[in-house]
Amino acid sequence: MFIKEYISEIAKATKSLWTGMKLTGHYFVRPKTVITQQYPDNRDTLKMADRFRGEVTMPHDENNQHACTGCTACELACPNATIKVITKFELTPENKKKKALDTFVYHLDMCTLCGLCVDACPSGAIQMGQNFEHSVYDRSTLTKKLNKPGSKIREGVE
Amino acid sequence: MYTETQIVNNSDDELVVNVGPQHPATHGVLHLVITLQGETIKKVEPHLGYIHRSIEKMCESLTYRQFIYATSRMDYLSAHINNHACALTVEKGLQIEVPQRAQYIRVIMDELTRIASHELWWGAMAMDLGAFTPFFYAFREREMITEIMEETCGARLTMNYMVPGGVMTDLHPDFQKKVKAFIQLFRSKIDEYDELVTGNIIFQNRMKGVGYLSKEDAISYGCTGAVARASGVSCDIRKLYPYDVYDKVAFDEILETEGDSFARYMIRMREMKESIKMIEQLIDNIPEGDYQAKTKAVLKLPKGDFYTRVETARGELGVYIVSEGATTPYRIKFRSPGFSNLSALDQMARGGKLGDLMATMGTLDLVIPDIDR
Repeated sequence: MFIKEYISEIAKATKSLWTGMKLTGHYFVRPKTVITQQYPDNRDTLKMADRFRGEVTMPHDENNQHACTGCTACELACPNATIKVITKFELTPENKKKKALDTFVYHLDMCTLCGLCVDACPSGAIQMGQNFEHSVYDRSTLTKKLNKPGSKIREGVE
Repeated sequence: MYTETQIVNNSDDELVVNVGPQHPATHGVLHLVITLQGETIKKVEPHLGYIHRSIEKMCESLTYRQFIYATSRMDYLSAHINNHACALTVEKGLQIEVPQRAQYIRVIMDELTRIASHELWWGAMAMDLGAFTPFFYAFREREMITEIMEETCGARLTMNYMVPGGVMTDLHPDFQKKVKAFIQLFRSKIDEYDELVTGNIIFQNRMKGVGYLSKEDAISYGCTGAVARASGVSCDIRKLYPYDVYDKVAFDEILETEGDSFARYMIRMREMKESIKMIEQLIDNIPEGDYQAKTKAVLKLPKGDFYTRVETARGELGVYIVSEGATTPYRIKFRSPGFSNLSALDQMARGGKLGDLMATMGTLDLVIPDIDR
């Protein structure tokens, strides 16, 4: 009786090992099921999701105009003090003083890419970019000025 | 840390071995001081704090919208569920009614996160036992979930998708299609997992009867999640204290009574199937409407203390906020599941062999940043 049990145990054990090996063999002979991306080689075709949070960007239109009013809502929403909005006063055609954006400083090295600034922006001036290759040789280059030189606020954005 | 002299001068033929802080089987910087007699474990002493980032203290200087992102970094494998717990606590304080659509989205995302977390655990645990293949198979299916998350939430791991009052953005148009495709694929793949690992004789011999934890011990150590349910303790928060739409979903609380490593393994394998069942019920019935309730620009919780608990992939997560009526919390305390589950490791491993310690630890599903916070 003992020997019978012993042998059936061995048979069961061998069968269980073969079932596992069969599955491994199944994928071994089917290289098409491999989903690994050949990353640095597929950079030309690699497309990140539209909502992917890679970095904060400020889109400018063809007239070099942005939609930032300098309200500092993003600066207040940021948990890590990543954003610093420096404002200035500009004269409107009616000779009135109006707050405007001077420099939009963005510290990418401090950013956790949580997306709270984009969520807080009332005029949709900042967006999350899809670029994720941020490695640089000098850390100071990660502090960026997002508004382009000579850019102005778009007409009609309050 | 035991010094060399202490180890050499130890009496009673005892040998002290340091496992970690850098050890491939601890999945992070966990330091275990193990006292051995021969190959039998006499004592396991976890030393914590190597990855302490004082998230609780950090949260005290952040506003009620901002602090949620930091909790993604606690238990990064169920980041979404951590965010959910924080959002629920703030909503409880402000008495915000969350729109139905947001509640459905939250629960679907929670269950997807749970599957992703359990899959990673399955692969990593098999790797602790020396099997390397399961890790790749698990990551293959997990990749589908992370891609769904990337498309809708914008990030793969630290989503930060929950905001007080709902979710940050609406679902991606492809979301339902992709989740259904995933469910269909996953149903066939989970049978493969059973073929590959569950039925394997070597695996069963290393799991069955090893790392026993009795029901009484599980309760007294404060174990939650799969660790407690494997010992027969009914502790699923989703079932006992339903939040959001969990009370509208039909699902079973998975319970096993053996209390050994294999029971803990089976709990998680069965939980994945249960999560699939839940997502299937919800995915076609997401109601139309707002995905976020209207909230004030500056959130101020009334004076008092608020506590919520949710079921993460590892167990019960409690969020305790003490408010003084200001824009930032006065004190935040997180009751993390990994900390309590780790404390039972000594009880489980004592009397066992050194080789079984890693197998037992693998079934605990430890995430070290969750323990240290």
